[in-house]
Amino acid sequence: MIPIKVERQSNLTAKEQSAVLDACVRLKGLPGALLPILHAVQAELRYVPKDAVPLIAKELNLSVAEVHGVVSFYHYFLQQRPGRQVLHLCRAEACQALGSMALEAHVKAKLGIDFHGTTRDGAITLEPVYCLGNCALGPSLMIDQQLHGRVTAERFDALLTQSLERS
Amino acid sequence: MKIYVPRDAAALGVGADQTAQAIVAEAQRRGIAIELIRNGSRGLLWLEPMVEVDVAGTRVAYGPVQAHDVAALFDAGFTAGHPHPLGHGATEQIPYLKRQERLTFARVGLTDPRSLSDYLVHGGYRGLASALARQPADIVASVTASGLRGRGGAAFPAGIKWKTVLGAQSAQKYVVCNADEGDSGTFSDRMLMEGDPFVLIEGMTIAGLATGATQGYIYLRWEYPQAKLALEAAIAAARAARYLGQDIQGSGKAFELEVRMGAGAYICGEETSLLESLEGKRGQVRFKPPLPALQGLWGKPTVINNVITFASVPIILDRGAEFYQHFGMGRSRGTLPMQLAGNIKRGGLVEIAFGMTLRELLYDFGGGSFSGRPIRAVQVGGPLGAYHPESQFDTPLDYEAFAAIKGMLGHGGIVAFDDSVDMAAQARYAMEFCAIESCGKCTPCRIGSTRGVEVIDRLIAGENAAKQETILRDLCETLTYGSLCALGGLTPYPVISALNHFPQDFVKPVTAPGAVG
Repeated sequence: MIPIKVERQSNLTAKEQSAVLDACVRLKGLPGALLPILHAVQAELRYVPKDAVPLIAKELNLSVAEVHGVVSFYHYFLQQRPGRQVLHLCRAEACQALGSMALEAHVKAKLGIDFHGTTRDGAITLEPVYCLGNCALGPSLMIDQQLHGRVTAERFDALLTQSLERS
Repeated sequence: MKIYVPRDAAALGVGADQTAQAIVAEAQRRGIAIELIRNGSRGLLWLEPMVEVDVAGTRVAYGPVQAHDVAALFDAGFTAGHPHPLGHGATEQIPYLKRQERLTFARVGLTDPRSLSDYLVHGGYRGLASALARQPADIVASVTASGLRGRGGAAFPAGIKWKTVLGAQSAQKYVVCNADEGDSGTFSDRMLMEGDPFVLIEGMTIAGLATGATQGYIYLRWEYPQAKLALEAAIAAARAARYLGQDIQGSGKAFELEVRMGAGAYICGEETSLLESLEGKRGQVRFKPPLPALQGLWGKPTVINNVITFASVPIILDRGAEFYQHFGMGRSRGTLPMQLAGNIKRGGLVEIAFGMTLRELLYDFGGGSFSGRPIRAVQVGGPLGAYHPESQFDTPLDYEAFAAIKGMLGHGGIVAFDDSVDMAAQARYAMEFCAIESCGKCTPCRIGSTRGVEVIDRLIAGENAAKQETILRDLCETLTYGSLCALGGLTPYPVISALNHFPQDFVKPVTAPGAVG
């Protein structure tokens, strides 16, 4: 006999739950609403919590598997709560041609984390990105959607100090 | 007095906002009245932030201007166009710009991208006016006659695609713009959307009129937040002025437009995968046929083209197919906005007619490498494009000429590498990228890419190298012929070109002299 798993209690706070439901109610009338809803949820909560998936599935009349399949397909949707800031570091060829691999090593060493990791103080999550469209002025990175070009190790250190002060 | 400081993302990335703020503050301090305009970038990206001053109708350029340079510029009298070490004289006379043939990018950097009236003053919506006076089949015939081919990379004739959609019978048709510009080394879509969003809207509206489609979507990558702001502002302005909506300019024709955001999946630049994503699903590639032109978005006939393709349409309708067709060579007609990127001294956007050689672009425009070392390899056409050695630099920029040397022009991205590049590492990266971005539908791409990384690792390590090379070439052939779309099908391009042109990089260096194994 295969035991049927009883759906466990949601770990979402009331505020998180209402953010998810609000996004669903607001956007579910759109054709192809799932991506806009996931964007809205991530814009509000900074990631798409696991427990948001069944809620969204129910609102859109989709299976949990379908919604999970979409969330996990796209690199931009974060499934874990990120640090206070998300740093996207470009790994693509044009940045490589300007030494981004050395910069990547510096960034990882400085933060003490690998890609998809979050610093121990919860300040920064590091994510790879494949092209920020700033290929003439690389190496490039983005901190919370703010683009920075011509990033050297020294400039990275300065940016890091600035952004830590802000957060 | 008008002062221009770009709002283009590349300019913002090197401090354009701080420069703009410093200019406003300094002008205030000195009691000089200025009008600050946040334009698109002129595409001379190595000069960003590039500040322009309107001196009696002539724009004079200074750059790169950082915030700390601003006071000195005022001291030198830059508001009157006076010389300064950062000065470059009249913008239009800068050789990099003067030598270009800007058709699609005619207004980018020139106008205020948030201003519809500026767009109209600079020839905007003349293409639409021409389209509104003509029959759909006549519009399609013009696009066909212009020779315009899809600028996203596949270079399929746009007119033929449009004709198929026009001929399809359906109560609902769609126009979809592929703005998922994921190729490394490319940024022309981004620059155009940020610098002249109205021209894209106009091109898509014309596509709607030409094919009977009433709803358009721009599928934009999340990495371009500035483009989103520019597009949404322009769409709102166009709607308010009845250039979008249920009754376009009193014609009784309808066309609506919406921006939808991607979520970081390279594969969604492939048209069928993009359609899946727009429908709210995983971006998995579809089988073709059916063609999207017949069964595209939600199964309805759909025109799907790249940003630059749509943005090239208004000038074709305005100036005529013959005007556009006159530029170019062979079967590559018109202009292609090339993007000079990577290790290049003067990186930026170069819109020129097809036919110039890669060498002219790299050296006459690009000025050689950024590092000052010799350029050793150039990747043309994005991460799925081939790596070209110096011996191929005299190839003209033409779709067929690049196909003939087992390469592709693609979306016009040119990434230069100097002699410090390790081509085996680049080949390995191409396979790694394919593994990360594969949608998972086809086995050769999904699994072959991972195996490819492993084979290249063994090859570099010198483990039975001859055998590994045979396996790698065989695997690449399987990818080429066994994948549905270009990701699996073209990943062998960078891999095999690196192997063929730079075989020495794949040989393990002898560590100690005399250490014969």
